[in-house]
Amino acid sequence: MKTPIYLDNHATTPMDPRVLDAMLPYFTEKFGNAASRNHSFGWEAEKGVDEARARIAGLIGANPKEIIFTSGATESNNLAIKGVAEMYAERGNHIITAATEHKAVLDTCKKLEKHGCRVSYLPLKNDGLLDLDMLREAITDKTILVSIMYANNEIGVIQPVAEIGKICKEKGVLFHSDAVQAVGKVPVNVIKDNIDLMSLTAHKLYGPKGVGALYVRRKSPRVQLTAQMDGGGHERGMRSGTLNVPGIVGFGEAAALAHREMPEESQRLRHLRDKLRNKLESELDEVFINGTMEHRLPHNLNISFAYVEGESLLMGINDVAVSSGSACTSATLEPSYVLKALGVGDDLAHTSIRFGLGRFTTEEEIDYVGNRVVEVVRKLRELSPLYEMAKEGVDLTKVQWAAEAH
Amino acid sequence: MAYSNKVLDHYNNPRNVGSLDKSDPNVGTGMVGAPECGDVMKLQVKVDEDGVIHEAKFKTFGCGSAIASSSLATEWLKGKTVDEALKIKNTDIVNELSLPPVKIHCSVLAEDAIKAAIADYKKKQETRKPVTESVA
Repeated sequence: MKTPIYLDNHATTPMDPRVLDAMLPYFTEKFGNAASRNHSFGWEAEKGVDEARARIAGLIGANPKEIIFTSGATESNNLAIKGVAEMYAERGNHIITAATEHKAVLDTCKKLEKHGCRVSYLPLKNDGLLDLDMLREAITDKTILVSIMYANNEIGVIQPVAEIGKICKEKGVLFHSDAVQAVGKVPVNVIKDNIDLMSLTAHKLYGPKGVGALYVRRKSPRVQLTAQMDGGGHERGMRSGTLNVPGIVGFGEAAALAHREMPEESQRLRHLRDKLRNKLESELDEVFINGTMEHRLPHNLNISFAYVEGESLLMGINDVAVSSGSACTSATLEPSYVLKALGVGDDLAHTSIRFGLGRFTTEEEIDYVGNRVVEVVRKLRELSPLYEMAKEGVDLTKVQWAAEAH
Repeated sequence: MAYSNKVLDHYNNPRNVGSLDKSDPNVGTGMVGAPECGDVMKLQVKVDEDGVIHEAKFKTFGCGSAIASSSLATEWLKGKTVDEALKIKNTDIVNELSLPPVKIHCSVLAEDAIKAAIADYKKKQETRKPVTESVA
């Protein structure tokens, strides 16, 4: 077994060697511009792009013409939300999203608020799921778009997307979903899930970085977008710019592999994830899982280890790459806003660790990580005045702390 | 984030971890920080008859730099008089551990913990004085 062990697959995934093999010819001999219509170099590149488009569409139950290539999910989210807001401005100016969305959605919405849009940021239930009644009530005659992610990047909770889409359809509102964490990991189908726009990215499914896509529905309803980048009118005029052919080919290969291997892979990862969970829960007291386990990505585990600060835990397991919701590990010095939105207190948010398993995670690695975490949490609890107080029966919520001024 | 070797050393081999008897009149206890802020330090000193700290213990909930700052503080406290202890500045800790700017608050917390522990000790001594005098 090699260290460090990578368990941060929600941040990015390593590229599958099979994806690299598929891409390589497109850097050198098949270097053509997919928009060149007059020679074989262009045709060859276009063929590669078309095949990839069909494979990506196949993974999500879409028509290949509904796939718009972008530079990644941040661009896809920007294009979907700003593009709809601009195109449908005469119909309304209200957008609904959730407090736990990715910053690429939240900050895009904040920007639109400066330009006259009204945005509702819905809170979530404590289990991480959206309250459908609350959504229904939030929709007004001015609402043009609902943007709710398919699965959350921190807690892995999968939203009731099909029902959200159904509500949107009934109310005549467009539904966008940032599905980067879900696509290729769990079955996603834009027809069954009633999705009108969906953001995808290659690097979360063992493909290359720098390439993503936006699914834009063409039928019932036909979604229109105002392009956010002007130029040669590529991608049905929605996204100008010479196509990143090697990246797109890699994305296509990654989608095909995910499509084929998902049933087996998700089962294997679920087994490993549950093994890790059982190990931690059986050997440590006062560990809390963040978000429901019932509707969750099979490769995600987000746990708070009470009385042990996240960054110090990461330091102790420095041969394991994971993320923490602790403020100390973020640039903003604020604990995870996703956990806060779930009603997890700042004290527990500071102690959270996100484990993201992946295609190349082995059972041996999971056993090793489980042992290391147990060992380090025990050691740090010996060091923790909070654990000592809790064991003495002190109610920590009633203590008058010296530094409330923080 | 990259940690200095000294931070790593204190994190891996924390000095003087533990607790002293809070009710002992010669023990001063300082508890600073809050769980919501991600840092809580408990620092205790035991002072002998001639006013010298001969024991110091800590427990810290916090990042590696917070653990290292309090561990270092206990090392420095031992053998110092109460007045000397009060002269320890957070900047001394920053320099010794090469803490980056985002971790300076850890050193501030350690200085606060020292001050709180000494204040607690002094308070105990003041309330105790008349009793000892009358006994003598």
